[in-house]
Amino acid sequence: MTGSDVPRGGVRGAAFGRAAAMAQAGRRRRRRGRGEQAMVPEAQFSSYYGRPILKKPVWAPLDIAGYLYLGGLSGASSLLAAGGHVTGRPALARSAKLAAAGGISLSLVALVHDLGRPVRFLNMLRVFKPTSPMNLGSWLLAGYVPLTMAAAASDVAGRYRLVGSAATGAAALLGPAVTTYTAVLISDTAVPSWHEGHRELPFVFAGSGATAAAGLALAAAPVAQTGPARRLALLGAALELGAFQLMKRRMGLMAEPYEEGGPRALLRSAEILAAGGAALAAFAGRRRSRPLAAVAGAALLTGSAALRFGVFHAGVASAEDPKYTVVPQRERLRAPTD
Amino acid sequence: MTHSDAGRTPRPEPDETRGNQLFGPQPNVAGAAGYPDAPPRMGFFTDTTVCIGCKACEVACKEWNAVPEDGLELTGMSYDNTQGLGADTWRHVAFIEQRIPAGRDSAAGHPDVDVFDAARGLGGSPEATAPATGTAALAGQISPVSPDGRTELRWLMSSDVCKHCTHAACLDVCPTGSLFRTEFGTVVVQQDICNGCGYCVPACPYGVIDQRRGDGRAWKCTLCYDRLGTGLEPACAKACPTDSIQFGPLDELRERAADRVARLHVSGVTEARLYGESPDDGVGGDGAFFLLLDEPEVYGLPPDPVVTTRDLPDMWRHAAVAAVSLAALAVASFVRRPR
Repeated sequence: MTGSDVPRGGVRGAAFGRAAAMAQAGRRRRRRGRGEQAMVPEAQFSSYYGRPILKKPVWAPLDIAGYLYLGGLSGASSLLAAGGHVTGRPALARSAKLAAAGGISLSLVALVHDLGRPVRFLNMLRVFKPTSPMNLGSWLLAGYVPLTMAAAASDVAGRYRLVGSAATGAAALLGPAVTTYTAVLISDTAVPSWHEGHRELPFVFAGSGATAAAGLALAAAPVAQTGPARRLALLGAALELGAFQLMKRRMGLMAEPYEEGGPRALLRSAEILAAGGAALAAFAGRRRSRPLAAVAGAALLTGSAALRFGVFHAGVASAEDPKYTVVPQRERLRAPTD
Repeated sequence: MTHSDAGRTPRPEPDETRGNQLFGPQPNVAGAAGYPDAPPRMGFFTDTTVCIGCKACEVACKEWNAVPEDGLELTGMSYDNTQGLGADTWRHVAFIEQRIPAGRDSAAGHPDVDVFDAARGLGGSPEATAPATGTAALAGQISPVSPDGRTELRWLMSSDVCKHCTHAACLDVCPTGSLFRTEFGTVVVQQDICNGCGYCVPACPYGVIDQRRGDGRAWKCTLCYDRLGTGLEPACAKACPTDSIQFGPLDELRERAADRVARLHVSGVTEARLYGESPDDGVGGDGAFFLLLDEPEVYGLPPDPVVTTRDLPDMWRHAAVAAVSLAALAVASFVRRPR
């Protein structure tokens, strides 16, 4: 029969690929890993000519995934900066302060660049709105950005040390929030694979931010001062990988977009780079090898970026496919409620 | 298939006070939004059983609201070339062609009436006097017979629109306050405030609001806020020739809709069900709800939408614990000096 011959119930009973064929061509990326088992049986569901129910995010991947990454790098760097500052590791402290200030400035540029009306950026601060993570994030950044700037400037200039110390400490207090709030930012949407991960995603981002900050410190500071960064890399990688596994296990069908196509490749690389980078960092520390530490640092930085881009694209894929909207909601309706 | 979604089980309510802010029934939306003596909440009841797919609503909406053209293309999938709601489509008529067993199209409601015969009578042409052909024969002509028996086609047509949710995710997540609740309980974008952050777009559980290309801001149905202010009904409802789109106070519409469903059920249209009318659903009930003849997803509607901000307190809790964990990892990393 022809494509317009929709059986009763829309395309219910039709295989997923058929539904896609009835929608616009070329929208699908259905590539399962070689020999990998489907996590759940192929879902049967109805849809309106296979068209997505949700609107996919209009955010540019480079801007917003980049923002998630740089925000994580920056927030965790503020912790390393304060630690280095307090424990007498000036080179570690300086590189981390510069990383925090540079990272968050760049991420701010990315955020503004992504706006449909960039000149209206300050409208973000015309209200204080706890129901909007983006609004709270803007206020958080409004406090955090000047602190990182002051901390970095004071360190580099060697002046106003008291102000610099205070700014370093305050930035370290806000830093973890800057790192984890971005998980709330993307979870607080109807995008199935983001929303469903709202419990674990902050921990994934915390771990990933830690590995990125540690990576930058390893690449930028002498080996003698980067002991804490090496340990942070190990702890961060463990948190990131553990939380991500837990998240996927809890998500059921909605974990699928993380296991397919481009996101799968990105997230596999992120895993390998985080684990490998952390191990290499430990090895470099034992060998006192600066070049090895730099390689480990680059691996950690790249891995953290790959994770954010992987999560971003998986979410977009889950919004583009009506399966991830309809099937879980149907199951929810079917589930016996007490 | 024949069960009604109207009897959906309400989700357990964790906290009454919070529930009214972010989730759960909220009988006084405008009051909760800060209007002390607001007019009654206004909305749409779209009765799809009488929709004829004329798209007058689409046209009237575009005309009144000066919504720009957004592509003139043929989808090839059905008579639906509009495709879906978006920044430049605030009313969208869905067309669903279904093959069902012959005689099962109870939606028609008058199985004994031959519409072709009746139509011939209207023209007064010589054929009008010709003896009526059997219904079965006609069904055979217009719908090919499937191997397992007789079938016929039925068309479902439905005019979709922004739902003006009781708990609107787009409004909740909007960082600028551009999206706001009107005194009529509807949800409207203030175009002089919107900075095009795009957060509302993936937040909407129905995929309604979108960013306009070249403009950068988010646009959606305003329920003709300007017309409501002067006591007029929205353009789409005004233009609807069959009263498929009904506008009025939400309480009244809900009563009317319940009555309509009951009457349809009595006349054998058991698949008739209301969608989005229940204040116990995941968005606290829609300001624009529908009477459907099949599952919502067949029309491109989510079967059980939930406002994402229901889980926001939980998200912040997890993010706070994660932030503390990160700080703890950093402290742990500095505890021992390297040797």
